[in-house]
Amino acid sequence: MKLKTMLLTTAAFGLAAPALAQDDPIELTFVSWGGAYQNSQIKAYAEPYMEMNPNVSIIWDESSADAVTKLRAMDEAGNLTWDLVDVVAADAMRLCDEGLAMVIDADTMLAPAPDGTPASEDFGDLMVSECFIPQIVYSTTFGYRGDLLETAPTQVCDIFDTETFPGRRALEKRPIANMEWALICDGVPIDEVYDVLETEDGVARAFAKLDTIKDDVVWWSAGAETPQLLADGEVVIGSTYNGRLFSAIEEQGQPIEMLWDWQMFDLDGWIVPAGLDEDRLAVVMDFLYFATDTQRLADQAKYISYGPARASSAPLVGQHAELGIDMAPHMPTDPANAQNTFLFNYDWWASYRDDLDAQFQAWLLQ
Amino acid sequence: MTDAAIDGPVLSADGRPLKQSLRRSLRRQQWRAILLIAPLFVFVLVSFLMPIGSMLFRSVENDIVPDTLPLTVAALQDWDYASGEPPGEPVYAAMAADLQAAFEEKTHTQVGRRLNYETPGVSSIFRKSGRPVSRWDLAEDGPFRDRFIDIDADWGDPEVWRTIKSYGGRYTTGYYLAAIDGELTPEGPRLKEPDQRVNQKLLWRTLWLSAFITFCTFALGYPVAWLMANIRERTANLLLILVLLPFWTSLLVRTSSWKILLQEQGVINDFAVWIGLVADDNRFQMINNQFGVVVAMTHILLPFMILPLYSVMKTISPTYVRAARSLGATSWTSFWRVYFPQSVPGIGAGAILVFILAVGYFITPELVGGADGTFISNRIYYQFSVSGNWGLAAALGTMMLAVVLVLFWVYDKIVGVDNMKLG
Repeated sequence: MKLKTMLLTTAAFGLAAPALAQDDPIELTFVSWGGAYQNSQIKAYAEPYMEMNPNVSIIWDESSADAVTKLRAMDEAGNLTWDLVDVVAADAMRLCDEGLAMVIDADTMLAPAPDGTPASEDFGDLMVSECFIPQIVYSTTFGYRGDLLETAPTQVCDIFDTETFPGRRALEKRPIANMEWALICDGVPIDEVYDVLETEDGVARAFAKLDTIKDDVVWWSAGAETPQLLADGEVVIGSTYNGRLFSAIEEQGQPIEMLWDWQMFDLDGWIVPAGLDEDRLAVVMDFLYFATDTQRLADQAKYISYGPARASSAPLVGQHAELGIDMAPHMPTDPANAQNTFLFNYDWWASYRDDLDAQFQAWLLQ
Repeated sequence: MTDAAIDGPVLSADGRPLKQSLRRSLRRQQWRAILLIAPLFVFVLVSFLMPIGSMLFRSVENDIVPDTLPLTVAALQDWDYASGEPPGEPVYAAMAADLQAAFEEKTHTQVGRRLNYETPGVSSIFRKSGRPVSRWDLAEDGPFRDRFIDIDADWGDPEVWRTIKSYGGRYTTGYYLAAIDGELTPEGPRLKEPDQRVNQKLLWRTLWLSAFITFCTFALGYPVAWLMANIRERTANLLLILVLLPFWTSLLVRTSSWKILLQEQGVINDFAVWIGLVADDNRFQMINNQFGVVVAMTHILLPFMILPLYSVMKTISPTYVRAARSLGATSWTSFWRVYFPQSVPGIGAGAILVFILAVGYFITPELVGGADGTFISNRIYYQFSVSGNWGLAAALGTMMLAVVLVLFWVYDKIVGVDNMKLG
């Protein structure tokens, strides 16, 4: 397989074979999010790859949160120090638009599914940008302390009901997702949410709904805060990334339960920064071919409860590598969990994010 | 001695006039001094003055619009927003040509992003239009007006064209206007509604919380420094280590420890409930608000107050106070009239150090500030790192720099910078 991979990438880039000089030691810098997520990438793809290619060593830079501004700065300075960058879909679209990420031809550069389905079909709609190679589907959703609440919440709108569900709530300190949940719970149909939010009245309506719980909210800015707040009993319910809740519940045995109603889906994946020199690019593409194939994406789900982005990986999702529990029911994409979901509207937020964020900050200060 | 030697200039041993020789040796000395400070000078220039200069420049620079849309900006000269109509066909044709060139360079989204800071929604029409416009034939496919409006109806909105026209110049005051919570309306610049003035509120809060924190470090640090300066050396060294110990601990660790202590289910609240001070369901709110920020930052910045105070107090001779007492002053008078004035240089140094550090603080307000304890630095971080609006971040930073310089000047008038001693 290795040889085939090499030949394919070579063909794709029209490189002369000697340029690949198999044994030259090469050091690559990959950018990711740190924590459990980066660990799942190391275990599922990076370690197996380095075992197959002892000349390649990988350094991890935990800068994904600032990837866009850092890549812009590198571009301005003309000094690219990253070889492969893990970003959320919205950032991939921004980088692609600005020419900072390389355009990917999925069918020639990525592995087909085991049954021969081309990569572009296997990833399907999740390839939201021509520069983006999706790895996982994650969601922002709620966890709650069933033992501290008399009645268990069953829907997302229960966070706005402080009578039945008294106690503090943890919400992210930014408008994204909070505004949508507020409008959904104020009776706006899901497909009209962004149309309503585009008007001044709609924004006022969302803030009015959030006003009803403002005094009960603890605002978080790092994904790790909510599991900690829940574990300490500081809040009774809180939003965060579903993988964080999984690790608090299953790996650390915290008495937290999941509330999947109206979870907000988002995608995370790779982009290749534009302007890599040929030798590095060849190795990066070889790694990508390997790391985004069906089996590798399914392997990643052994370490973290994020859904693999390939359709062909879903049936291969097995059990947790250490705990031995079935991972499928913990996936945001599991049918039982995905009854009410919405996909974060990248395009809309790209235009209105700054404006709404300023209004959101002003609202917080009132 | 010959006559010549008496009438002519005084000569040195090598026969040159002494004046010249002296000047030469002085010049050599000067050069040596310059060479010695050169590394520091270059370092300060490269790592301090240049970044500040570049930041000042960024806050007014607006090349992206005239560079990316040169034809459109020129064509818009003749259009008047007051007409209430979108501009005519020549402007749309110019925009088509500009966008084609920009799409090649991949700069069409950057200019959209720049204009989006002024009018939300503009970035999406630029992003959407790049690809379709790149396929048009400029010579054949006109008129372009309706074709643009087909791509997105907002191309027919005079507001979009007003934004391009208003921000078409090489330099802009737009970032400063945004930094002071202003906006440019058709009637001219004005401030936003009072409840939307985020930056002003944050700036004000940053200044008064920093001043309050400075006062707290003074109130807590002064007695400690006095004690350290007036007890046996061995005990003083032990105390000094105790002051420095938290100083050597990571900032994050100290901030997080305050979280554990102060939170609702935390150590202090648990204790208060246990001794019956508060009811279990009515615990103190001590974190994720201003109180938490003040407590955590006072603790973190305390050494910066104690150390200058201590170094000044060490030099105050105890004989003055003794003399005052022997002349009949009460212990308060001898402290207030004799000891305290001598310690003022230490207070001056500690206060300016703590205040300036506090004004620029970022991590602690972010972690324990909640909604009402964040500082302007958190907003600058957001503009720089999340929103990518470097111009606004630079304008806010420059504004902050100006405010601190003004405060420093006022401080100099009141306390006197010469009257300050760092050790």
